[in-house]
Amino acid sequence: MKVEYKKKDKLLILKITEEIDHHSCEKIKKRADYEIEIHIPKKVVFDFSNVNFMDSSGIGMIIGRYKLAKMFGGEMELINVKPSIKKILEMSGILKLISIEETGGSEFEKCI
Amino acid sequence: MKNVYENEMKLEFLSKSSNESFARITVAAFASQLDPSLEEIADIKTAVSEAVTNCIIHGYEEKEGIIKIKCRLFANSIEIEISDNGKGIEDIEKARQVLYTSKSELERSGMGFTIMESFMDEVKVESVLGVGTKVTMKKMIKVSDGIEEMEVKL
Ligand SMILES: Nc1ncnc2c1ncn2[C@@H]1O[C@H](COP(=O)(O)OP(=O)(O)OP(=O)(O)O)[C@@H](O)[C@H]1O
Ligand SMILES: [Mg+2]
Repeated sequence: MKVEYKKKDKLLILKITEEIDHHSCEKIKKRADYEIEIHIPKKVVFDFSNVNFMDSSGIGMIIGRYKLAKMFGGEMELINVKPSIKKILEMSGILKLISIEETGGSEFEKCI
Repeated sequence: MKNVYENEMKLEFLSKSSNESFARITVAAFASQLDPSLEEIADIKTAVSEAVTNCIIHGYEEKEGIIKIKCRLFANSIEIEISDNGKGIEDIEKARQVLYTSKSELERSGMGFTIMESFMDEVKVESVLGVGTKVTMKKMIKVSDGIEEMEVKL
């Protein structure tokens, strides 16, 4: 996972660089929780541009990080999500809580 | 006859989470003989990952056990059987309900069976408490070249 923190905007960008399943989730959860806890970001952005696979483990992982971020008053956004993964996110209903930004116009883009 | 059996493979591996990607990639590679679309391959990979992960987390509760996969190819469909000799499911109907999970403390979302059902054409679950669980999934693979195959009556 590649981590970037934009102090000015209190924006934490977590770029996942592997397939998301039960195996990889343990590592991703630990690192994401650590980064959220030390930065207390206003917004957590998961960048999915390098994620080609995700199963239901990813839904639990995202909801868990969303709850943590929210506890500290932050929100969450997912960017660059591939159609096959979007299908699973839509099915789970979590898009009612967490927004997907298509590339262009997202905070992430503006920051680069 | 459509259901002429065409090819088969069997796979057996330890219930380690590092085998989840091995299992889904292997089944996808075997399925590629049917020339499926990228979307169909993605659906198969996800469904296999769900069933295998369930064997590891629920069937064996992260202890060591053996997971078996049997995969059959037909003219335009694939059948995948994934089984464990783990603890079994008490109430299958309840387990299949969307958002039902017995392990919310592990951040499971209860979406596994729902994903299998929506990505595959048929999902059958058989389970005996203390003996194990077998999930059998079928998916039709559309003939991709647009030329309809003639139905030959044998
Ligand atoms: N192989 C299995 N052995 C024993 N119990 C199982 C097995 N597969 C599923 N179950 C039971 O069925 C329930 C529902 O499974 P499902 O895959 O839909 O959700 P989950 O695994 O709990 O969460 P998710 O898949 O979203 O991470 C599980 O919580 C578990 O109680
Ligand atoms: Mg599951």
